[in-house]
Amino acid sequence: MARYLIGRIIGLVIVFVIVSIVAFSLMHSVPGGPFDEEKSPLPPAAKANILRKYGLDQPLYIQYLRYMGSALRGDFGISFQSPTETVIQLIGRTWPVSIRLGGLAIIVAFSSGLTFGIIAAVKQNSWIDYVVTFISTLGLTVPNFVVAIWLLLLFAVRLRWLPTGGWPSASGGDWKAMILPVITLALGPSALVARYTRSSLIEVIHSDYVRTARAKGLSERMVIMRHALKNALIPLITILAPLIPNLITGTIFVEVIFRVPGLGKFFVSSIYLRDYPMIMATMLLVATLWSITYLLSDILYTIVDPRIRL
Amino acid sequence: MSTIVEQPAVLELEPRMRPASNLWRDAARRFRKNKLAVGALVVVILLILIAIFADVLAPYPYDYSVISEALQFPSPQHPLGTDAVGRDFLSRLIYGTRVSLLVGFSVMGIALIFGLFFGLLAGTLGGWVDYVVMRWVEVLTAIPIWLFALFLISVWRASDTAPGSGLLKVIVAIGLIGWVDICRLTRAQLLSLRQKDFILSAEAIGATRVQIAARHMLPNALTPLIVAVTIGIPTAIFTEAGLSFLGFGINDPLPSWGKMVADSSSYIRVYWHLGVFPTFAIAITMLSFSFVGDGLPMRWIRI
Repeated sequence: MARYLIGRIIGLVIVFVIVSIVAFSLMHSVPGGPFDEEKSPLPPAAKANILRKYGLDQPLYIQYLRYMGSALRGDFGISFQSPTETVIQLIGRTWPVSIRLGGLAIIVAFSSGLTFGIIAAVKQNSWIDYVVTFISTLGLTVPNFVVAIWLLLLFAVRLRWLPTGGWPSASGGDWKAMILPVITLALGPSALVARYTRSSLIEVIHSDYVRTARAKGLSERMVIMRHALKNALIPLITILAPLIPNLITGTIFVEVIFRVPGLGKFFVSSIYLRDYPMIMATMLLVATLWSITYLLSDILYTIVDPRIRL
Repeated sequence: MSTIVEQPAVLELEPRMRPASNLWRDAARRFRKNKLAVGALVVVILLILIAIFADVLAPYPYDYSVISEALQFPSPQHPLGTDAVGRDFLSRLIYGTRVSLLVGFSVMGIALIFGLFFGLLAGTLGGWVDYVVMRWVEVLTAIPIWLFALFLISVWRASDTAPGSGLLKVIVAIGLIGWVDICRLTRAQLLSLRQKDFILSAEAIGATRVQIAARHMLPNALTPLIVAVTIGIPTAIFTEAGLSFLGFGINDPLPSWGKMVADSSSYIRVYWHLGVFPTFAIAITMLSFSFVGDGLPMRWIRI
């Protein structure tokens, strides 16, 4: 186990370094820099000064080493698009919004997905099962910006029950604004969870030990909740894991449509604006989150299912 | 705590009466049983026909704009209304089908070429080749497809100044990421097939590595690969729509459903048709492709 973990962590560091090198070199291979301006060009001397201030006049590998050196010390530089704050401050300001949005979506997705998945599995081939299967196919295949537009048209434009966008802040705001983004974001994952729960629970229900549990006279509720569900949930870990980094970072569409002031919007704008420090920081953040979740999910596997050895 | 006992395979009680069949006939027979899948296949074929004959079907050219007719609701003259610069919405939707399917199929083509090549390489040669390919796959999975395609496109966009539709860039960017799944799948199939007896016997009669890979292993890995392709096409279409939605995909005047959705958002409070029709087109396409995939045997193998 310890050997395995060390191996995995070394692998993780290698992936991390490669991601950073690839991102850094791709980013800097683009002609045009953050301080190119179309109108009113700066005098060359002034521009050289700015470039020197940000270290952009150095050879690329020195820039990279310098960057990684300070990044390891927690200094990710200053965002070009929002020069009054550091990258850390910018992420610290916007990421919590995304995390809250994503976190709520995860809660909604799992509670609804599990519930519907269990119902569909227990009432296999009934109309409820078909309805759940159909809706989950819809949720899985229809992109979330499409869902967002539909929900927006129905609940905000036509029925006028909910606001069309925005996000409540600490100082106040309409909490109802959270409903549509959370539902939109939760629909896909919820469908995925429902589908996996259903198929995996059906498989378990037909196994011998469940028959034994029934034979010894346990109520159906006990059989499903205490015996079947535990084993049925193991495959869910594989899909649960990638969902989490996805939901707490990849909320781009939902944030754009519902005007949520989260981190997702900055993914896009920093690429548009060649905001090098911000691009690097978000890329590294995402890569780290993904690698850690994969590692954790593998470890979680061994805890849930003792037959699996690493 | 309950113990887990290996579940015995369900015995097939009725004798097998049907004649010996090959892979394709068997798949076709099972496919026909699934009504939803057959219906979806009809829709997919219709979409392909719409894409091919877009020039004939569309009442107006996609870039023909009459500014005095801007933002009209559906009418006999413009069945789906007009957009903000007075272009016929139906025509743009029809040409959008062409863009979407072109992206879907060409991305899959690129992904198959790269994925099969590297998958075969890693699966047959093993050793350090396998290690390098798999690490590279790992790097690509550490970044979400989204971010990477976004990144690649913005890098290329800046590096050429010629005005283009962006179509080629989108296809290449998505294709360069899409091969990862195919590669992983091919490799996994080859690794599991390597243990099989018929490969052993092929080795025994002196077949070369390449012969074994091409003649004996690949045909057996075909079914899961076909399934992967049917998942890959709608994913590519979705990715294009998403990139265009964010403004990194197809450029005007070429229509893309994703971009049409994005453009609609400023008008959606009044001009609902601008949002409804393109989202509907995306949903129908995604659904029909995945229902076709669902109809294939072995749909639920894990990739």
